[in-house]
Amino acid sequence: MGLLVNRLPPGPYYGILAEFATPADLYHACEHVRDAGFTRWDAHTPFPVHGLEQAMGLPRSPLPWIVLGMGLTGAALGFILQWWVHAAAYPLVISGKPYFSWPAFIPITFEVSVLFAALGAVFGMLALNRLPMHHHPLFRSKVFEQVTDNAFFISIESWDPRFDPSATGQLLESLGARSVELMESE
Amino acid sequence: MTTAHGHSALRPEQATIPAGHPWNRVPVISAGCALAGVAACAILGAANPKQFFFSWLVSFMFFLSLALGALFFVLIQYASQGGWGIVLRRIGETAFAMLPVMAVLFLPLLLGLHELYSWTVPGAAEHDALLRWKAPYLNVPFFLIRAALYFTIWCVIALLYYRGSRAQDVTGDPGISARLRRFAGPAIIVLAVTQTFASIDWIMSLTPHWYSTIFGVYFFAGSFVGFIALLSIVAPAMRRAGLLDTVITAEHLHDVGKLLFGFTAFWAYIAFSQFFLIWYANLPEETIWYKARLEGSWTTISILLMAGHFGIPFFYLMGRTVKRRDWALAVGGAWLLVMHFVDLYWQVMPTLHPEGVRPSALDVAAFVSIGGCFVAAATWLIRRQALVPLRDPRLAESLAFENA
Repeated sequence: MGLLVNRLPPGPYYGILAEFATPADLYHACEHVRDAGFTRWDAHTPFPVHGLEQAMGLPRSPLPWIVLGMGLTGAALGFILQWWVHAAAYPLVISGKPYFSWPAFIPITFEVSVLFAALGAVFGMLALNRLPMHHHPLFRSKVFEQVTDNAFFISIESWDPRFDPSATGQLLESLGARSVELMESE
Repeated sequence: MTTAHGHSALRPEQATIPAGHPWNRVPVISAGCALAGVAACAILGAANPKQFFFSWLVSFMFFLSLALGALFFVLIQYASQGGWGIVLRRIGETAFAMLPVMAVLFLPLLLGLHELYSWTVPGAAEHDALLRWKAPYLNVPFFLIRAALYFTIWCVIALLYYRGSRAQDVTGDPGISARLRRFAGPAIIVLAVTQTFASIDWIMSLTPHWYSTIFGVYFFAGSFVGFIALLSIVAPAMRRAGLLDTVITAEHLHDVGKLLFGFTAFWAYIAFSQFFLIWYANLPEETIWYKARLEGSWTTISILLMAGHFGIPFFYLMGRTVKRRDWALAVGGAWLLVMHFVDLYWQVMPTLHPEGVRPSALDVAAFVSIGGCFVAAATWLIRRQALVPLRDPRLAESLAFENA
């Protein structure tokens, strides 16, 4: 998916980056940004903040459905592969069993199903996160370097319908942001 | 969220069954059912003692497995210092406190050893080399000694944990939790070993030539699914009855649902492993057990178990919504509890009826007798106690629990 959709907003601005001092400040700011109706925005923290996805109003991830679909696909492919090999393409009598001995197919069906589900989980997660992405406009912010250390951020992207370079910045300031930065596109 | 939920402790009156609550009548009703069941067993069983003993064995193993599953559920929480399930622990404690009751309900089987277990018939080993070889283990005195040993060990563990938890309600001593945690690891090992040998003695030796090294695990898997299924019914039922309705939340049900889902898959894994190796190796003394269950109408039950004990509940319980809705979880629990009974029926009954499935009124009578005693004693016990361990050091953690 990351390869197919536009990942960054067009136009002169990427968006606005606001820094918050504590997880609690960030949490409450997220609730306000959510209630103000913004849709294309994100929160960045050095560690998982419990309940932040509710504060941001994030919908549940579609990843479980991807994993289920991949798991079922893997199970079907694993089973059909063995049926084709043992009963259609190259029938051999193995330990006196019929060609189509389905119990013997179960372990491999299970393994292929797990393999596909795991691959679906990893690559589905990457795709939904639009990864890999080798550079991001936020990386040009000096304060953003602390995001893996001790700082908490909200970024609102410029293609959000409610985005306005000055009004959005004032909103974030009023929510207690320690610094607000208007980020340009590349 | 983190800790800021404001739950600190429960008042005792929030966690007891109020006077005049309809659940106070359950012990009397269940005891009445049990009496009717016993009367039916006496009348019908006199005409067909062999059927009576087999029916009694199935229902006995069913309720015993629920109590043993409950004991494992509580022990594993102590051993892992789990916090989430404290509000559900007393349901488990009440269920495993039924182990002494099960010891009494075991006694009728002793009258029917010859009917149940062909190896106990005098002279059975005379012309049977395999039974002669197994005689050092499969002989009546040792069988009785072992049964006494299992029940003694189970009752001692059950009493230790039940009384410890109740004592903490009064004293609030956190040292009780620490002491019970230290015992929990060894107790789990002892429980695993005794449960394995008990399932070998009471179910596997119905077909004395047959053996399966995974059988103990198979019985354990079924027993744990059974208890979690029971929990999936009891916890929502309590909420609907206005008991602990603010204490047991969707978060706790969600975790119960995860255990039910996981151990349904575990049961299938073990059940298939047992079948698979025997089917592939194709050794006569092993395949005989499955041959009996893949002939005639027993085939239908075998397929029902594959679909009903695994396929259907696996997909039903997979989603998050089902686990968090109390009625939906209870439906899954009820379904699996029925399947657990079918599983035990399918393990025991082909010995009596190799020609096919032959349901009997005695099956119902034995189930009502044993189930009536179990429910009557359990509900009589919870009438006199708090429904959660009120002063467990991890109670606040359990009350505030949320799935990440």
